[in-house]
Amino acid sequence: MTAVPASERPKVSLLYNPRVRTIAYQTLLCAIIAFLAWSAVNNAIENLRRARIASGFEFWRFTSGFDISQTLIDYSSTSTYGRAFWVGLINTLVVAAIGIVLATIVGFLAGIARLSKNWLLSRLAGGYVELIRNLPLLLQLLFWYNAVLKALPDMRESVMLPGGGFLNNRGLFLPQPMFQPGFEWVLAVFVVGLIGAIAFRIWARRRQERTGEQAPVGWVALGLIVGLPLIVYFLAGGPIALAYPQKGRFNINGGMELLPEFVALLFGLVIYTGAFIAEVVRAGILAVSHGQTEAAYSLGLRPGPTLRLVVIPQAMRVIVPPLTSQYLNLTKNSSLAVFVGYPDLVQVFAGTVLNQTGQAVEVIAVTMAVYLTISLVTSLAMNWYNSRMALVER
Amino acid sequence: MTATDFKQPGFVRTMPMDALPPPMAMTGALGWVRANLFSGPFNILMTIFVILLIVWIVPPLLKFLILDATWSGTDREACLASDARPEAGACWAFVRERLPYFIYGSYPIPQRWRVDIFFAMLAIGITWLLWLGAPRRDLGALYFFVVLPIVSFILLKGWPLVGLVNVDTALWGGALVTIVVATVGIVVSLPVGIMLALGRRSRMPAVKLFSVIYIEFVRGVPLITVLFMASVMLPLFVPDAWSPDKLVRALVGIAMFASAYMAEVVRAGLQAIPKGQFEGAMAVGLNYRQMMRLIILPQALKITIPNIVNTYIGLFKDTTLVSIIGMFDLLRTIESARIDPKWATPVTSATGYAVAAIFYFVFCYGMSRYARYTEARLAKGDRR
Repeated sequence: MTAVPASERPKVSLLYNPRVRTIAYQTLLCAIIAFLAWSAVNNAIENLRRARIASGFEFWRFTSGFDISQTLIDYSSTSTYGRAFWVGLINTLVVAAIGIVLATIVGFLAGIARLSKNWLLSRLAGGYVELIRNLPLLLQLLFWYNAVLKALPDMRESVMLPGGGFLNNRGLFLPQPMFQPGFEWVLAVFVVGLIGAIAFRIWARRRQERTGEQAPVGWVALGLIVGLPLIVYFLAGGPIALAYPQKGRFNINGGMELLPEFVALLFGLVIYTGAFIAEVVRAGILAVSHGQTEAAYSLGLRPGPTLRLVVIPQAMRVIVPPLTSQYLNLTKNSSLAVFVGYPDLVQVFAGTVLNQTGQAVEVIAVTMAVYLTISLVTSLAMNWYNSRMALVER
Repeated sequence: MTATDFKQPGFVRTMPMDALPPPMAMTGALGWVRANLFSGPFNILMTIFVILLIVWIVPPLLKFLILDATWSGTDREACLASDARPEAGACWAFVRERLPYFIYGSYPIPQRWRVDIFFAMLAIGITWLLWLGAPRRDLGALYFFVVLPIVSFILLKGWPLVGLVNVDTALWGGALVTIVVATVGIVVSLPVGIMLALGRRSRMPAVKLFSVIYIEFVRGVPLITVLFMASVMLPLFVPDAWSPDKLVRALVGIAMFASAYMAEVVRAGLQAIPKGQFEGAMAVGLNYRQMMRLIILPQALKITIPNIVNTYIGLFKDTTLVSIIGMFDLLRTIESARIDPKWATPVTSATGYAVAAIFYFVFCYGMSRYARYTEARLAKGDRR
C-alpha cells in the first residue's frame, strides 16, 4: 500500500471536517447563550424601570425597620439591611453547625446499630432509616413544629426536664453555663494539653518508625486533653456556674432560651440527615471486605486493634466524601427554616428584605452567592482530603 | 505379648451411635433468640432498651390512629375530647370531608373527571414502562414521554375547541399539583440531565464550561433559592406579555434543579464504562451520536437506574417546597385545611400530617423498592 499524496486525497467538504464542526457548534452555543443573556438583561432593565425598582446595592445601608426573633449580634429595627443580612447568615451557620455535630452522632449510632448482631436493634435502626428517608423534610419540620412543639403545654404547665430545663410551647429553656474568673486557666491548659498531645503523637510515631516500639498515645492524649484541664478546673474551684432558668408565673427568667422554631428546625434536620448519614456509614463499613478483617486476625491482631487499625481507616475513606455532601445538604436544607419562621438567611434576607426592597435580582444573587461559597469551600477542602487519602497505586 | 493374651471384649459396636440432639439452647426459636438478642451483657441491655422504646411508641400510636380515632362527624365538635371521651385520637372525619380538596385542590367540581382520567392515564403509562413483561414497551416509552404530556396538558388545562373548559392553573391543587410537578420533573430531568452529562464530558471547551457552570451552580444552592429565582426573576427576564404563570415557574425551577442532579448521576454512570467500549465503538466506525445511542448510553443508564430512581425520590420529596412560591401542593392544602376554624382541634394537625406521611411514604417507598429490585435483577448478569 502506498501513501496517497495530499493532492490526490478525495476532497472532503468543510461540512464534514471535525475541527470546523467543533468550532461551529461552540460558536453557535455561545451565540445562543449570549443572545439569551442579552435579552434577559434587556428585559430585566425594562421591567425594573417600569416597576420603578431601584438597582444596585444602596439598600445595604438603609434602615431595615423590622425585628428579628433570634439575634446573636447586636441588632434592632433601626439597624441596616446589611446588618440583617449578617444576623441571618450567622443564624444559618449556627443551626447548620449544631445540626452537623448532632446529625453525625445520630447517623453513626444508627448506622452501626443497623449492622448490629442484635436483631431487634438492627430492625429498629432500619425502620428509622426507611421511614425518615421516605418522608419529605418539610413534612417532618412542620410536624415537629406544629404537631409537637406547638401542642406542648403553655408556660404555666411547662414540662420539667431532668437537669433543670423547661420545655413548653414557647421554646426550650436550658441552664446556661456562666464562666467565672479562673476559667481562662482551664481553657489555657486545655489548649496546651491539645498541643502537647499532638506533639506526643508525632514523637511516638517517629519513634515507632525508627525503633518499632509503641507508645500509649491514646491514654497520654486523654490525660493531656481531658485530665489536665479537669485537675486545673477543680484546683481553680470549679469556675463554671450554671444559671438555671427560674419559672415565674407567666414567664421563665434566666438560663438559655431556645426558640421553638430553632428547636423544631434543628430536630428535623438532625433526624432527617442522621438517617442519610446512617446509610453512608453502613455502606462504608460494608465496603471493607471481610478478607481484611480475617487477614488482621491471622496476623494476630485482637478485635479492638483490628477495628481501629484496619477496618475504620479503610471505611473512613469511603465514608468521608458522601458524609461531606450530607453536611452540605444539611446546610442547604436549613433554608427550609422559612417554613417554620426561624430567622435564617433565606427567611430574613431573601424573605423580608426582598419583600421590603423589591430588589429581587440583587437579593437572590447575594443569597445564592453565600450558599455557593459555602459549597465551593467545602468541596475544595474535600478535594484536598481526597487527594491525601486516595489509595496510592502503582 | 501374643495374640492369645489379648482378651476379647464382650461387645463391639458395629453401627455408629445416633447423634445426640443439639443442646436446646442453641437451636430453634430459643437458640435464635439467644444468638440474636441475648448474646452478651451489652446485647441484653440493648434488647431491653429497644423493647422499652417500642412499648413507649407503638401502643400510643395505635391508640391515637385507630382506637381513639374519630371516624365520622361533620365539624370540629366530633373530634374534641369530652367527658365521655377523655382522650381524643386522630380526626379521620376531617380527612373524609376534605379528601377531595387534598386530591384536586380547588379544581372545579364538575370538571374533576378530567383529573381522574389524567391519573388513570399516568398509571397506565407507569405500569407500561415499569412492568417488564408488558407488550411493546417501546410504544410505552413513546406514550409516556410524548403522548401523555400533550394529552394531559390539553385535558387538565382545557381546550375550548374540543369542548374542554379552560381551568386556570391557580385552581389546581392537592395531590394533582404534587403529581404534575413530580411527573414533569421526572420527564424533563432525564433527557436534560443526559445532555448536561454528555456536555460535561465533551471535548469542546465551551460546551464543557457551560455544563460545568450550570451543574455546579444549581447543585451549590438550596432548591428554595432556585424556586425564588424562578418565581421572582423569571418574570423579569422575559417580556411583560410572556410572564409565565405560577405553575410554569414552579415547573421551571424544579426541572432546572432536578436536571443538574440527574446530570451528575448520569455522569457517574458514563465514567463507569470502560474506555475499551468507546474505543471499540469508534473502531467499528460509529460516529459520536451512534456510539452514544447504541453502545455507551444503554450500558451507562443500565447501571445508573437505581441512582436515577433515588434522584426521583428526592425530586418527589422536594415538590413539597413549591408551596413557597404559592402553589397549593398536597402538603400546602393540608396546611391550609388544618387551620380552618371549622375543623381546628388539637388533633387536626397531627391527623393531617399523618395523611401526608402515608401519601409520600407509599410513593417514595414504592420507588425505592423498585430501585432495589432493579439493582438485584441487573446484578444477576454479573454474578458468577
